[in-house]
Amino acid sequence: MTDTIGWFFIVAGVVFNLLGCLGLVRFPDLYNRMQAATKSVTLGTCGILFGIFLIAGFDSLGIKALVAVLFVIFNLPVASHALSRGSLLFGVKLWRGTIRDEFTADRGADSIIEEQ
Amino acid sequence: MTILIVLLVLGAFFCLYRVLRGPSIPDRVIAVDVMAVIFSSITALMGLRLRLAYLLDLSIALAIISFVATLALAKYLSGRSLDD
Repeated sequence: MTDTIGWFFIVAGVVFNLLGCLGLVRFPDLYNRMQAATKSVTLGTCGILFGIFLIAGFDSLGIKALVAVLFVIFNLPVASHALSRGSLLFGVKLWRGTIRDEFTADRGADSIIEEQ
Repeated sequence: MTILIVLLVLGAFFCLYRVLRGPSIPDRVIAVDVMAVIFSSITALMGLRLRLAYLLDLSIALAIISFVATLALAKYLSGRSLDD
């Protein structure tokens, strides 16, 4: 029974990872791509590692998988947040369909939304 | 099991497309970061398949290395030095 639940987690994680990579190809600008890719890849990788823990149980494989879940769930969102802030300051253009950009307006800088 | 690993490698090829094509530097950086995490999950699946626990160590190390590299590049992009 635990094995079945573990395989379910692993398959769901692989599907989430694949959809996140597809979003990295398909979405229109950097910020959309970043949120599609990092969110779903975080969830997918955590699902795979948690499924490995459920299948392997409390031996060295399972405990290491739990520690890896901890690292991935802290590292990837922090890295993508820092990178998106850095690229806003760097001046990467937003997509032309963007409604408003509070960050640039608060800093009093010129708008970086792409022209039509 | 094999089909899951093949699907993950397909996802890594999608990331490789964005690395080669990406219009700006942060596009390439985030694609390399996501690719490293995909490789880390492939390594974890291989560790389950071969029942080798040290492959999970490799998976943790890959996640940490990509995290540090992305943070350093984000600092560089926002125009500050690394100890700021």
